[in-house]
Amino acid sequence: MSTTQARERPPQPHASPATPRKFPRRVHRERLVARLLVAVALAYVLVLLLGPLAGIVYYALKSGLGVVGQTISQPDVQHALYLSFLIMLITVIVNTVFGVMVALVLARDRFPGKHLASALVDLPLAVSPVIVGLMAVLLFGRGGWFEPFFAARGIQVIFALPSMVLVTIFISIPFVIREVVPVLQELGLEEEQAAWTLGASKAQTFFRVTLPNIRWGLLYGIALSAARAIGEVGAVLIVSGAIEGKTETATLLILRFFDQFQEQQGYIVALTLAAFSIVMLIGIETFKRKRTREAH
Amino acid sequence: MADTAIQTRRRGGRARLRLGAAVGRWPLRGAALLYLGLFILLPVAAILQRGFGTGLGNLSSALSSIGAWSAIKLTLILAVLTAIINGCFGTLLAYVLVRIRFPGRSLLSTVVDLPFAVPTLVAGVMLAALYGPGSVVGGWLERHGIHIVDAPPGILLALLFVTLPLVVRSVQPVLLELDLTEEEAARVLGAGQWTTFRKVVFPALRPAITAGSLQALARALGEFGAVVLVAGNIPYKTLTAPVLISQLINQTSYGSTATSGPDEAAAVSALLFGLAFVIVLVTEKFSSRGAGWLKT
Repeated sequence: MSTTQARERPPQPHASPATPRKFPRRVHRERLVARLLVAVALAYVLVLLLGPLAGIVYYALKSGLGVVGQTISQPDVQHALYLSFLIMLITVIVNTVFGVMVALVLARDRFPGKHLASALVDLPLAVSPVIVGLMAVLLFGRGGWFEPFFAARGIQVIFALPSMVLVTIFISIPFVIREVVPVLQELGLEEEQAAWTLGASKAQTFFRVTLPNIRWGLLYGIALSAARAIGEVGAVLIVSGAIEGKTETATLLILRFFDQFQEQQGYIVALTLAAFSIVMLIGIETFKRKRTREAH
Repeated sequence: MADTAIQTRRRGGRARLRLGAAVGRWPLRGAALLYLGLFILLPVAAILQRGFGTGLGNLSSALSSIGAWSAIKLTLILAVLTAIINGCFGTLLAYVLVRIRFPGRSLLSTVVDLPFAVPTLVAGVMLAALYGPGSVVGGWLERHGIHIVDAPPGILLALLFVTLPLVVRSVQPVLLELDLTEEEAARVLGAGQWTTFRKVVFPALRPAITAGSLQALARALGEFGAVVLVAGNIPYKTLTAPVLISQLINQTSYGSTATSGPDEAAAVSALLFGLAFVIVLVTEKFSSRGAGWLKT
């Protein structure tokens, strides 16, 4: 829209055309401006992202690999890492299966209230994780809406794994959906119709035509939600009670280490998570590149 | 746009497929909507009922009792600052990444995505490691009278860290699709680099910059993990609203029921949630394809 506005604007009558003699100086100045812009951008990234990354690597490894090994082999740390991975795994599976379904509906279906559904999908990105935790407490905690139901069946939801998984699912719902919807929209229906016309069943059409076409976008969404799920802290802190050795995830353990002034160990666990997330980042970048290449 | 032909074909296709798939549509639609309803709508209903259910009078009295206003004010100021600063630097980074060739460009592009992958709490740990008073950089700054950790600048850095990719990834695709001939026309007509950017490029980018900054604003308002370790959480000084909510809830779950923690927590949450929801709705307006969040 705004580009057409710029196009309609009449050319400036007094603009002086560049004379041949001036030209080299102008080019020289522009190269300088470009270099300056790059320098400012790099400085910002250095101060904000790379510097702190170097800081954590230095502090975690400062006291030697022996301490790192000792910390990682503590039962508390191992259990916390295991719990974080378990929650991430369940979250990713649920959000992948249902995310693809929601994406199919949002991309292909038309029904009243579709815009509301679309806004709902975006909501978890804007709502504070702490509020998400509170929501779960209001639903499942003492005096909550569903507390009698689960209490009668002897299922512990709050201060236990179920609520931790639920809040993590809530927080990472948007990633798969938001990545798959645009791919589905650009894909169109021709290939699916061809398969359908040739007698393929619905399941065959989905697994042999649709899924291979959306795979990079889907993997990108999965990587993003896995990264988000393993790093969740605010919501999990509130619903889990952070019971040591029981409902303590890796992030909650880091929080405890820093509270108890065991900063060295906190840095080491944090670096472990950071290392995992950097592997995820490489995955994210690869999938994103493949997906963009596929889309064009 | 260029894919008008594809769109018409797709529209025709949809009509035909609809007839064929009329039976199979409802289970999918139902499952998708049930998932969204159970995981998003229900928790939202719970928080609204608890926060606003007792009337606005109770809401304001709950807010006034515990220094909640100062926490909300601090959070708002820092979030707005975050949105503005990253609005500028995010646009700069997107411009540098798209328009300027330099060695290490793809590496920079990967590094910009680091905050998507790194757990927010680990981001806080990183900042504390580099800028804490015990480190080389932090100690040097401290000697020159600049406090970062346990002070508002630390919170600001944490929020900037977490929200940087939102703006970059919102602006980048628009910049990539932008027609270079318009800029060339402006240059040929004698406009300088700055004038070209201000009058041709910026108006085209404005919706994307606004959408990205609004996402950053919403995210910054609710951020917990990155903030909790660097803020120091001193009431009336560096205590942000999400951290306050978590303290109010945890206070009650560990015994001391002297204060009415959950009511106050619900009040602050309802207010923050309302803000987040408004921001989501406004952002939907600015994002061209209706899928604005994380559209990369």
